[in-house]
Amino acid sequence: MSAVAQKPLEIILMRQLASYLAMPIFLVDPRGDMLFYNERAEAILGTRYDETGEMPLEEWSTVFAPTDEDGLPLPARMLPLTIALNERRASHRVLWIRGLDGVSRRIGVTAFPLEGQSGRHLGAVAIFWEDETQ
Amino acid sequence: MNITLWGTRGSLAAPGPETVRYGGNTACVEVRGGDDSLLILDAGTGIRRLGGTVESEVRRIDVLLTHLHMDHIQGLGFFTPLDQPGRDVHIWAPPSTTLDLRRRLSRYLSPPLFPVRIRELPCRLTLHDAPLERFRIGRFEIEASLVCHPGSTVGYRIGEDGTTLAYLPDHELALGAASFPAEPDWTSGFELASGADLLIHDAQYTEVEYRQRVGWGHSTIDQALHFAATAGVKRLVTFHHDPGHSDAMLDRLTEEASRACGLPFELIPGTEGLGFEL
Repeated sequence: MSAVAQKPLEIILMRQLASYLAMPIFLVDPRGDMLFYNERAEAILGTRYDETGEMPLEEWSTVFAPTDEDGLPLPARMLPLTIALNERRASHRVLWIRGLDGVSRRIGVTAFPLEGQSGRHLGAVAIFWEDETQ
Repeated sequence: MNITLWGTRGSLAAPGPETVRYGGNTACVEVRGGDDSLLILDAGTGIRRLGGTVESEVRRIDVLLTHLHMDHIQGLGFFTPLDQPGRDVHIWAPPSTTLDLRRRLSRYLSPPLFPVRIRELPCRLTLHDAPLERFRIGRFEIEASLVCHPGSTVGYRIGEDGTTLAYLPDHELALGAASFPAEPDWTSGFELASGADLLIHDAQYTEVEYRQRVGWGHSTIDQALHFAATAGVKRLVTFHHDPGHSDAMLDRLTEEASRACGLPFELIPGTEGLGFEL
């Protein structure tokens, strides 16, 4: 067997779908480590996937400096993606992030877990939009 | 491990003078273990002839289906061990989120498509969802994993005494891979095939055909070659030949593929009746 660990098929197909969609999508594995974000997400995160590559939970959950509507830092456990992962349910929240381009943006995030056949927990997906209503 | 190809055609049986050398039967591969245990990979029309060769001493037969498309199950109704009282037959297939295997197979093995119902078969039949992880059948260590093909479809990796066969007869390599074949970890089927002594892999289309059939679940010969090289296999058997490809055309496609410089494995066009010893 190779030392290279192949992603589950559902994750491979999810990335393919995300790369074709015109809505920002962020994909994590069961531990919460970021596997992929698409081009529309790059515009909001202020960086390119080709530059960051995959990113551990501890890094992506802090590097974008997520805060709530009052400017208070949001710990990883309160982010929709980690709620979707840990509680295996959909989660939604409006929050602020600071992209790696230095720009703060208000975004709405909806996350849901990815459950495979035979009870396999595959990770979670976040779909988010820049919210310019405020 | 001894392996015999009983059907190498894809999609539809294609008998006739123009396919007589590579064969017209659909997917079926016999795998014999060192203790003479018997695995059968897929039950296309090739399984009919195989059924006639299974010795009465073989106590247990395991049929591993990659999926339930018609070209992979059509031979089941003509597999004589199913008609033999007391014969122990196990059929494995990918799980479904809604219907058990008996109900799914019954769509075919019941009137009006077939005159005999599953419950009327006299053999001792046991149906299994193939676990999407490693499991054992006798001395074989088997891994089933979902691969890119419409509907629930698995490929199999079968090991015995340090030798490995990988079987991915229906597999669209390029659909889910962002930059195939550059990223093995993002390539469907890579772990199944990695380092295999023998890889039997979908090579249904030419490049021109594939462009018109993206999403149909199959690969080109060139894609299969790239995949085999990336996975580091020792031998590649091209499989699931398009029913419209004649012997002459398969000769030409294989010849063109063989000319690709420095193939790091042996390329073997899947031919009905061909056998391998691992």
